[in-house]
Amino acid sequence: MAQQPKTAKRSKKVRPPRQAMPTQDPDVRAKNFNEVALGYNLETAVLEANRCLKCKKPQCVAGCPVEIDIPKFISALAEGDLQTAAATLKGDNNLPAICGRVCPQETQCEILCVLGKKFEPVAIGRLERFVADWERDQGDLEKPELPPPSGKRVAVIGAGPAGLTCAGDLARYGHQVTILEALHAPGGVLIYGIPEFRLPKDVVRAEVDYVKSLGVELRLNTVIGKLYTIDELLNKEGFDAVFLGTGAGLPRFMGIPGENYNGVYSANEFLTRVNLMKGYLFPKYDTPVKVGKKVAVVGAGNVAMDASRCALRLGADEVHIVYRRSRQEVPARAEEVHHAEEEGIIFDFLTNPVEIYGNEKGWVRGMRVIRMELGEPDASGRRRPIPIPGSEYDIEVNIVIMALGTSPNPLVFQDAGGLERTRWGTVVANEQTGRTTKEGVWAGGDVVTGAATVISAMGAGKQAAVDINRYLRGETVAVEEEEKVAVAQV
Amino acid sequence: MYKILVKEDLGPANKLMVVQAPEVAHKAKAGQFVIIRIHEQGERIPLTIADLDREAGTITLIFQEVGKTTMHLGTLKVGDELLSLIGPLGLPTEIENYGTVVCAAGGVGIAPMYPIARALREAGNYVISVIGARNKDLIFWEDKMRSVSDELIICTDDGSYGRKAFVMEPLKEVLEARDDVAHVWIIGPAIMMKFTALATKPFNVPTIVSLNSIMVDGTGMCGACRVEVGGKTRFVCVDGPEFDGHQVDWDLLLARQQIYLEEEKLAREEFEHRCRALAGQKEKA
Repeated sequence: MAQQPKTAKRSKKVRPPRQAMPTQDPDVRAKNFNEVALGYNLETAVLEANRCLKCKKPQCVAGCPVEIDIPKFISALAEGDLQTAAATLKGDNNLPAICGRVCPQETQCEILCVLGKKFEPVAIGRLERFVADWERDQGDLEKPELPPPSGKRVAVIGAGPAGLTCAGDLARYGHQVTILEALHAPGGVLIYGIPEFRLPKDVVRAEVDYVKSLGVELRLNTVIGKLYTIDELLNKEGFDAVFLGTGAGLPRFMGIPGENYNGVYSANEFLTRVNLMKGYLFPKYDTPVKVGKKVAVVGAGNVAMDASRCALRLGADEVHIVYRRSRQEVPARAEEVHHAEEEGIIFDFLTNPVEIYGNEKGWVRGMRVIRMELGEPDASGRRRPIPIPGSEYDIEVNIVIMALGTSPNPLVFQDAGGLERTRWGTVVANEQTGRTTKEGVWAGGDVVTGAATVISAMGAGKQAAVDINRYLRGETVAVEEEEKVAVAQV
Repeated sequence: MYKILVKEDLGPANKLMVVQAPEVAHKAKAGQFVIIRIHEQGERIPLTIADLDREAGTITLIFQEVGKTTMHLGTLKVGDELLSLIGPLGLPTEIENYGTVVCAAGGVGIAPMYPIARALREAGNYVISVIGARNKDLIFWEDKMRSVSDELIICTDDGSYGRKAFVMEPLKEVLEARDDVAHVWIIGPAIMMKFTALATKPFNVPTIVSLNSIMVDGTGMCGACRVEVGGKTRFVCVDGPEFDGHQVDWDLLLARQQIYLEEEKLAREEFEHRCRALAGQKEKA
């Protein structure tokens, strides 16, 4: 701390490099479920914070889906005022310790950092994590002052990133919020999908507790579409508005022969067994999970990285990522790919499964794959993978995990008349406000966009909360006007 | 939440529990199930709703102690609570007035069959029920099944009660004797359902089975429960649990039920060991 002014002065001449994130050694961490990235200490955090140019017109904020006042929290941190830094974060973001860990900052705030044009950008995500962790370690979380109750009730369906954010903000606007969650634990993908070594579940619990401390009621084990329908919530259960944040929970399979053999998992099942049910602690925990000697994970998104790294930690000898495109098209975050490679995950690019073979007892014994080449760009802008005729070959595997993306679970749409959906099963909602085609119902996150990121879901939850608040306070006309303008601009 | 109000032994193998679950009781229909978890480290297991009382806000669960979780569940007492209970899950039975129907249940399958037979009877069907088990001790709810059936046939594999026969035999005789059977329901162990469904095929009677595959979330999220029906992959939890028994790939279902055999054995042995150790400690004290 004593060196701080010196550092700041020096930064004008020789700028210190972007501070590296300390991590567990790859050989060690490949055998445990402890967090990989260890986090900055105060000294490193302040050093990194002092790299910030304090731009007069900061670019970074525009890249943040929840519009955190990044320069403000970083300058407070640079001055060692952690209290203000933490309060700044919490002002815009109910879940900073989560975002600091899982946001793709490199394509959002950090890519816009002015410093990044000549040097490396400020490590905004790592600083966010540091401040949020510091605040949690203090024990007593500071709560914002809540306005007088509005008397309005909102049902938030799904306790994932979108729902938690929307619920927290609505509570801060003075509404009475009930989150309805189908699983036995809150967090959605944060708890069933993202593994402990990337996002410790204590961190998720603490941030959920913070949302609850704002007065949000959390009802677990409540499957909307089964126990109550959306229409019942609005017409019978006395809710004035409904926010749909049910994510994209439906697994996709390839439709190739042999996909139902024992040993073929959807990534959702594999990760749910490992993370939500703590299958990696079997038999101390009751839910088992199978990991063979040789595992193939099909797909190369963040979910595929998570699944492959879990398989490795569970004791697989060899884990392959089988991906039909090339390294350039890999949708996972660069950091996750880097960590996976460090740990020994093998990447088979331009390779696509065509059939899974089983033995006489119905267990996977191998997979036939075909080599691919890249053709012209497709609708997604990426070059389309094309199979090379006659290039099939067989690989020996015991476990196959399909990480091909997910789509919204249709269960919740039971008796939700007037709620329009696209042919991909996603909900049609206004991009700015989250309004759906059904009166009183908003939606945001993966249920609208299809599988995307935690932070974009949080951004959508936040925007919807703004609009729900306006609606509940009878300010609807203005919004409709804005919508007209938005449509006209399109 | 989810307090156990009644616990009963239904013979040496099956146990009954009446559990407080007002919201589920209010919503549940014949053919649906719940998923329960009994302790913090526990797994999620599906159990069919065997009966319900909307006014009292209770549901009845019947289970056989076959694995660690069901054995542990069996040790819970009246006044204890289940940690979580999720439901009602799955699609309800399609109840209509079909005319004459047969409800064929084997073993613990009698429990989920009861509300289906009752609903079919209430809808005006002439209900012929066939219930069977390995032996007399495993037959339960004879009175309840009789109360919702126009005819009731009981059989046991060893002849210790009712007719000495497998469920499929009296069922076949009913189909041979009368040509007005419009629908058949079969619920029991997978192997029983496989052969019983095979037996109804020559008669061309629509045959519905209720599948009991391994599940995790029970809401369509994981696909652990997938089966093939008519060559298509379906999820038992959301597309079922009832399917056309003539279209189900039974060998696939049977194989998939075996995935965690080793782990189930290990968990059961550890649980039994712990129970014995605990009993030993109590004796010493």
